[in-house]
Amino acid sequence: MSYFSDIFKGIKTLLTGMSVTGKYFLTSRKGAITQQYPDNRDTLKMFDRFRGEVIMPHDEENRHRCTGCQKCEIACPNGTIEIIWDRGIDEETGKKKKKIDKFVYHLSMCTMCGLCIDVCPTDAIKWGQNFENSVYDRTALTRVLNKPGSKLMPGVED
Amino acid sequence: METKTVETNFKSEEYFINMGPQHPATHGVLRLLLTIDGEIIKKVEPDLGYIHRSIEKMCERDSYQQIVHLTDRMDYLSSNINNEAVCLAVENALQLEVPERVKVIRTIIGELTRISSHCLWWGVMGMDVGALTTYFYGFRDRELINDIFEETCGARLTMNYNVPGGLMFDIHPNFIKRVKDFIVHFKTKLPEYDRLLTGNVIFHKRTKGVGILSKEDAISFGASGPVGRASGYSCDVRKHHPYSALDKVTFNEALKTEGDTFARYLVRIQEMWESLSIIEQLIDNIPEGEYRVATNAVIKLPKGEYYQRVETARGELGVYIISTGTKNPYRLKFRSPGFSNLSLLNHIAVGGKIGDLVATMATLDLVIPDIDR
Repeated sequence: MSYFSDIFKGIKTLLTGMSVTGKYFLTSRKGAITQQYPDNRDTLKMFDRFRGEVIMPHDEENRHRCTGCQKCEIACPNGTIEIIWDRGIDEETGKKKKKIDKFVYHLSMCTMCGLCIDVCPTDAIKWGQNFENSVYDRTALTRVLNKPGSKLMPGVED
Repeated sequence: METKTVETNFKSEEYFINMGPQHPATHGVLRLLLTIDGEIIKKVEPDLGYIHRSIEKMCERDSYQQIVHLTDRMDYLSSNINNEAVCLAVENALQLEVPERVKVIRTIIGELTRISSHCLWWGVMGMDVGALTTYFYGFRDRELINDIFEETCGARLTMNYNVPGGLMFDIHPNFIKRVKDFIVHFKTKLPEYDRLLTGNVIFHKRTKGVGILSKEDAISFGASGPVGRASGYSCDVRKHHPYSALDKVTFNEALKTEGDTFARYLVRIQEMWESLSIIEQLIDNIPEGEYRVATNAVIKLPKGEYYQRVETARGELGVYIISTGTKNPYRLKFRSPGFSNLSLLNHIAVGGKIGDLVATMATLDLVIPDIDR
C-alpha cells in the first residue's frame, strides 16, 4: 500500500511545486529582473559608485588635478599604475616642481580594489562607468590617462 | 614498482574514475579521485591545486590595506565577511576602536552576504539533484542583493568595502530603503523555496539519510558552519565569540541533530530566516557618526601573533597574523572553512552511490578558491 501512497504523495508535492512555477509562467513579465543587456545599451545607467575603470577628469582648458605624488602607485597592489614624472618650472614661483609626464594605467592588471582612488589626496582620479573593455590586443588596455599637453590645475596642492 | 602498488590497492571488481576537475557538480576546479565498485563508492580522494594562487604568500608581500582585497578572491560568495575578518584582526592588533556605525553596517552587510551566498547555494543544490528551476529562482533573489552591493560598494562580487579602521565610504542614501524593500520581498520568496523544493518527495528521497555525519566526527574533523550545526555541534562563531554588532542582536542558532544531507539543507534555510531577523533588528537604528577612523598611511602592527575568527556563509574563517613589527605580516594563515569541510567528504560519502556524492557535496557548499587559496 505504501507504494501507492508514495505515488500520490509524490504527485501532490510535484503539483505544489508546479503551482509556484505556474504562477510565474502566467505572470512572467511582471517583476522580471533580467536586464536586456545589449538591447538596452542606450538607456543603461550604471550606479554612481560602479567601478569600471580608472579615469582622470580634465576641465575645458585641458587641465587635470594630478600633482604626481605617486601615492596611488604605492597603494596599488598589482603595479597597475605607473607614473612617469619630471621636474618642471612653476610659473608662479619660478621654483622647480614635480609634475607628471605620463600617468600610465594598465587596465589589464587592475583588480578594481579602489585603493588608488581612496588614497588620492587631490581627487585627481576617479571611477569611470565604462565596462565594455573587450579588445583584440591587450596592449590596447594600457592607457595614458593624462591627455597630451595637459597641465596641472592651479591651486591644487597635495 | 608503480604498477605493483596499484594492483595491491585495488580489488578485482573495483575501478577508478576521475570526477572533475571540470565536472559541473564540483562547482569549480576540484578533482575527486573515486574508487568505485559498480555504483558504490569505496574511496574519495580530493585532489587540490588547480586554482592555487598563493594568496597567503602574496599577503606577506602586501601592506595591511592591500591584503583586504585579496580575501575577496578566496571565498568569493562571502567576500564582505572575509574583508571584515582581516580588518578586525588588524584593528584588534592596533587596539583601534571603530565607531558603532561601522560595526552595525558591517554586520548588516555581512548578513546580506550570507543570504546571497545561501541563495546561490539553494539554487545550485536544486540543480545538482536535478531541479533546474531552483537555479533561476535563487539567482533572481540574489540579484537584488547584488544591486544593493553595487550601489553602496561599487562592485557586485569583489567588494573590498572594508578597510582597517572602518569602511571605504559611507553607505549610499538609498541603502536603507533598498534593504527594507529586499526584506519585504524575500519574506514572500522564502516560503516559495519551501513549496518548490523542501517539501518535494523526490528531493526527500535523494537527501534523507544520505551522507550522515555524527556529532563526534563533525568535531574531530573540524567541521564548522552549517555542516557542523546540522550534526548538532553548536559552533556558530556569531553566538559564541560575537564580533562587530552581533552581541546586540538576538537570534537563534540553527541546529539540527540528524546530520544528513537534508538536515544541512534545513539549517541553511533556517539561517536565511535568522539573517533576515538580524538585519531587521539593525536596519532601523544605524547610529550616526563617522564611517572611518583615520589610521596611519603605513600600518605597522606591534610585534606578536594575532588571531581573529568570523563566521562566513560556509563556517569559521580564521585569520592568523604573525607580525615582526614591519609594514608586512611575517606570515598570514587563513583557516578556511571549506578545507575542513572537504576533508570529511571521504568519511561521509563512502558506501553511498555516485549520485549521493553529488547531493552530499552540494550541501557541503564547497567554494574551491577558498580551499586552494
